[in-house]
Amino acid sequence: MAPDTRSGPRWPNLLLVIPFVALLWVPSYNSIEPTIWGIPFFYWYQFLWVILTSLLILAVQRLTADPVAGDEGAGGRP
Amino acid sequence: MNWGALTVFVLLFGFITVLGFVAARWRRGDLNQLHEWGLAGRRLGTVITWFLLGGDVYTAYTFIAVPALVFGAGALGFFALPYTIIVYPLVFLILPRMWAVAHKHNYITAADFVQGRYGNEWLALAVAVTGIVATMPYIALQLLGLQVVIGAMGVGAGGGLMADLPLIIAFAILAAFTYTSGLRAPAMIAVVKDTLIYITVIALTIVVPLQVGGYSQVFSAVAPEKLLLATPGANTLGQYSAYATLALGSAFALFLYPHTMTAVLSATNAHVIRRNAAYLPAYSFLLGLLALTGFMAVATGVDKLPEFADGFAQYKSNFAVPALILHSLPDWFAGVAFAAIGIGGLVPAAIMSIAASNLFTRNIYVRFINRDCTPEQETRNAKIVSLVVKFGALVFIIFLPLQYAIQLQLLGGIWISQTIPAVIVGLYTRWLNPWALLVGWAMGLGVGTWMAGTTGFQSAIFPLQIDGFTAPGYAALYALALNFAVSLVLSPIFNRLRSTLGTDETVPHDYHFGLRR
Repeated sequence: MAPDTRSGPRWPNLLLVIPFVALLWVPSYNSIEPTIWGIPFFYWYQFLWVILTSLLILAVQRLTADPVAGDEGAGGRP
Repeated sequence: MNWGALTVFVLLFGFITVLGFVAARWRRGDLNQLHEWGLAGRRLGTVITWFLLGGDVYTAYTFIAVPALVFGAGALGFFALPYTIIVYPLVFLILPRMWAVAHKHNYITAADFVQGRYGNEWLALAVAVTGIVATMPYIALQLLGLQVVIGAMGVGAGGGLMADLPLIIAFAILAAFTYTSGLRAPAMIAVVKDTLIYITVIALTIVVPLQVGGYSQVFSAVAPEKLLLATPGANTLGQYSAYATLALGSAFALFLYPHTMTAVLSATNAHVIRRNAAYLPAYSFLLGLLALTGFMAVATGVDKLPEFADGFAQYKSNFAVPALILHSLPDWFAGVAFAAIGIGGLVPAAIMSIAASNLFTRNIYVRFINRDCTPEQETRNAKIVSLVVKFGALVFIIFLPLQYAIQLQLLGGIWISQTIPAVIVGLYTRWLNPWALLVGWAMGLGVGTWMAGTTGFQSAIFPLQIDGFTAPGYAALYALALNFAVSLVLSPIFNRLRSTLGTDETVPHDYHFGLRR
């Protein structure tokens, strides 16, 4: 791994393992019950993970961000 | 002929044609430079990148094929949802590094990076050729969506040249605006196309359940054995491992496809990519809803209605969604929906042809054929190649059986995955030897193709047997495991020979990207 000079923490990246476990462990959600509005668990569970993954990525983005560095070259925010 | 739908369809098509040509003036740059024509000057911000990547990943073929698979095979076809979810943590973690190093060294393609990182033109050539070959059938399949909706409106029902004429016109338009405007054209059109797609899908997911009596009716119409994955028997992982490996393998393959790389590299900074990884799942939600329309087609029984018998006979389950649209929505709205699917094919087809021609020009033409070409010659060459690529796709879909394009696209997914060790691992370490990577790539390609061959190229699922235990899985992933193993074992051996090492023009700092909130 290349040495990294940025100052933000890196451990939050590990949170991104969670969606992989939740979605690749198929037997854990391959069931009809509980249903919501007639939608089987198999389907709404996976829809739910679309939202949860999005929120996780947002959280990790905030947690790993370096509040000082700008990456837009000239005109980048301080 | 469905005049209501056709009128709306033609009007919307006319609108995006104008937009495609106007796009050349947008954020004006010197279109004689390859990074201006082929990457829109690397100036796309968060919103346009969102539409561009969305338009790129969720193609017309996806919009036809995913519901068709759910319509035919049931729950297994739903793997598209976990696949387009887990791809985003990968995008978030890996692609900003790619953007940073590409920006620093003016890399346009993944093969450019491999050339710079490993200093081995044969490995770069392997990556470039794999990218081009995997992309070609994908472009052809974009036409399938267009062909199906044109057929659904009753145009060219007589067959022969008249049946193909609308397709040829649509493609001529596509070719012309890609030639003049480059990546700017699909970037602008993607905004229109996705707005139409969102409207269509939301309408379907509200209207159809209302018509059949709620979502519980939609699901209860589906045969019980198709509603869930089959529970595996003894000594096999059955559909469980098939589902998981399809999701994981497709996620890996997705961002190795040249057109994804093109969209990512056109972002104005690395932060745009990180932000998009969080916002792009909105498209995945849409794709999930669209997958459910496969079940809605079952619930409405469109495949049993006499007026759709011809369509199903010609396009098989790919006709499920067009039939559902015609059955459930008013004619003018069907026109909007069909325009969404049709334009939805042109956007990725444009980006794919640009990506393929970038690869050919940079990594084959300039490297092996005309080493002293000027930037203007380079760009002119790329523009012409993009025309050739699209023409090839058109010939393919008109003259060859559809099955060939589908089978080649299936193989393309397996092949493109074999560039992961060189491209993705290369972003983190130079430890793997370029020649070892080349051998691993060749082995992966061979074994992956053989695995698909054992199913008669009908399926990408290979029943891997270990000691009497079967783990059916995505051939791309199994071939990739072998590819990795070979690269790992051979690297220390090759690394002893100094002459095989190649020069690395990148330094660790090149991969660094500043982060803002």
